[in-house]
Amino acid sequence: MSNYKVPTMAEMAASGDNPEILFWVGCAGSFDERYKAVTQAFVKILNKVGVSFAVLGPEEACTGDPARRAGNEFLFQMQAVANIQVMNGYDVKKVVTACPHCFNTIKNEYPALGGNYEVIHHSQFLQTLINEGKIVMKGGGEFKGKKITFHDSCYLGRANNVYEAPREIIKALDVELVEMKRCRTKGLCCGAGGAQMFKEPEAGKKDINIERTEEALRTGASAIAVGCPFCLTMMSDGVKNKEKENEVKVFDLAELIAKDQGLS
Amino acid sequence: MSILPQIIFLLFFAATGYVLYKRVSFLKRNIQLGKAESRNDRSTERWQTMALVAFGQKKMFKRWIPALLHLLVYLGFIVINLEVAEFIIDGITGQHRIFAPLLGGAYTFAMNFFEFLAVGVLISCIIFLIRRNITKVPRLSMKELKGWPALDANLILVIEICLMMAILKMNAADQILASRGVEHYTQLGPLFFSSLLKPMLVGFSDSFLMFIERAAWWFHIVGILGFAIYVTYSKHLHIFLAFPNTWYSNLKPKGEMANMPEVTNEVNMMLGIPTEGNTEPPAEIGRFGAKDINDLSWVNIMNAYSCTECGRCTSECPANITGKKLSPRKVMMDVRDRAEEVGKSIDTGGKGLEDGKSLLGDYISQEEINACTSCNACVEACPVNIDPLSIILQMRRYIAMEESGSPAQWNAMFQNMETSFSPWKFSPSDRFNWAEKVKDEEMK
Repeated sequence: MSNYKVPTMAEMAASGDNPEILFWVGCAGSFDERYKAVTQAFVKILNKVGVSFAVLGPEEACTGDPARRAGNEFLFQMQAVANIQVMNGYDVKKVVTACPHCFNTIKNEYPALGGNYEVIHHSQFLQTLINEGKIVMKGGGEFKGKKITFHDSCYLGRANNVYEAPREIIKALDVELVEMKRCRTKGLCCGAGGAQMFKEPEAGKKDINIERTEEALRTGASAIAVGCPFCLTMMSDGVKNKEKENEVKVFDLAELIAKDQGLS
Repeated sequence: MSILPQIIFLLFFAATGYVLYKRVSFLKRNIQLGKAESRNDRSTERWQTMALVAFGQKKMFKRWIPALLHLLVYLGFIVINLEVAEFIIDGITGQHRIFAPLLGGAYTFAMNFFEFLAVGVLISCIIFLIRRNITKVPRLSMKELKGWPALDANLILVIEICLMMAILKMNAADQILASRGVEHYTQLGPLFFSSLLKPMLVGFSDSFLMFIERAAWWFHIVGILGFAIYVTYSKHLHIFLAFPNTWYSNLKPKGEMANMPEVTNEVNMMLGIPTEGNTEPPAEIGRFGAKDINDLSWVNIMNAYSCTECGRCTSECPANITGKKLSPRKVMMDVRDRAEEVGKSIDTGGKGLEDGKSLLGDYISQEEINACTSCNACVEACPVNIDPLSIILQMRRYIAMEESGSPAQWNAMFQNMETSFSPWKFSPSDRFNWAEKVKDEEMK
């Protein structure tokens, strides 16, 4: 058997190929110790299914989302324009990313700056692969029959109306999907959006991720599924704060599938 | 018969018209203190949004108890206004119940329906008063409502209760008089709700009942005219502005932040990218972001005047829930209050926008807007599609680009992004290191 492959757009272009999709990894996907596992899980699934993909590798830069949300429009546009130049240079048509912030920015905000691509969140992409029978679920693996709750990310849910794809994936796992009271359009933020990930919260009586984690723990779920690197961090921190990290795990949707498929 | 009542009525009517004209001009000018922005695209979708959200109250039903009570008041308002049309015609022509002979049995049916709605409004308003003042629903008793906003809310409810009582009392007195065969009064079929009030009134003489009937009639119509003026000073303006406000909703994905083309030009120049069309710098370089109401779009200010302070936004705001200072409702109230202040100042020959005050700083603090997670819960929650997030983000732009006043940790994040193209301080050359582990692994 051969090893997993992670081709870059540059390598593809050098050999005259143009992959079907660009997998946009994002900064958390590239640098965050915990979240790198999600990137790796997703890449393994892409390999396994035989999807024609490539990544930008060292040519990728932050989409600029946190800079824009923190008010620094210059910095956002510097990042965005540079990224668009790179992507247009490779004639990118279709982008898949696991990060809802990258997803939102490339999908909704890059067109005004000359970047027009079909942009898909990995939850939607994975759901399609399941529906097309390209991923055949093996029954949920270690989660079989257990309760899993899904935490809606603001930039996937309210920002872009993606509510069902993540849930369809969880349901395909042969587990029990339990909803928090605040879900879908009423989903409570993890506290990291709008560049909050990069600063301490303002003074208050509680941290937002604690409020949300308490709600998730009340469902009695043995795992909290997320579809966003920031949510993953915030919810994991919340679970640790509540000293429940041995009983309740926080996973990205791609990791759940990779586990089911025996890829991790 | 004397035409004096007709003259007095016409004077009241004309005076109300004049005051309303002045008030509407004032509000319109205040809204236009905001920047021009075109939102006339996708008109089919806009009419649909207005029909569903404003007319159909769709988003109210995310919380069904207040939604049902509100629906009764809303239907009462719309339907009972048909009766007010008759009041106005009667008032001008000196007739009494001009439509009764024309409509016959249908008139009695309509009156019964109006009375049913009047009772519905009455009960709803009483429950609303209880929710505000006795059970103290949290979102209706927060600190930004102290003072005038709380009084305003209670006044509206009390006025509506009085107006509905007047209708019922008028009908009761009217029908006793008609049954006694007093001239000028028309006997209708049985009116269910007002007949319940008859026992209170049957002991009185014809002349006293006529006084009660006329007094109730005048109270109701003058009350409604007065209420129309009051509304322009009140959060209750939502009864009119909800319609244009939803028509001009943001139809783009909620996650999308509006581009700043003036920045794009400069970025393209810096990166040496040829820009299409005019590359000349604009004649007047405006402020980046928003410090005061004139930096916002007129839609933002209309949003503020459409807000009825229900607080559904604030009760869903993650920052507010966890005790931070931010309250999206307060942001909207502040924008409106500042627009009022500037408008009044301009009208009285004052300094207007140049009064040394500004929305950011004097009304809204940086601490409030920094606490926002841009999660769109407030936007989603608003029953009339108000967008507090847009205002918050425009103020963040002002702080970051005009004042370089962002929190230190954000400035550090900006620096990381400038130097290593990531919000964290990692070397860009390490960006692809994550792949090494996978590439070394044999495919399963």
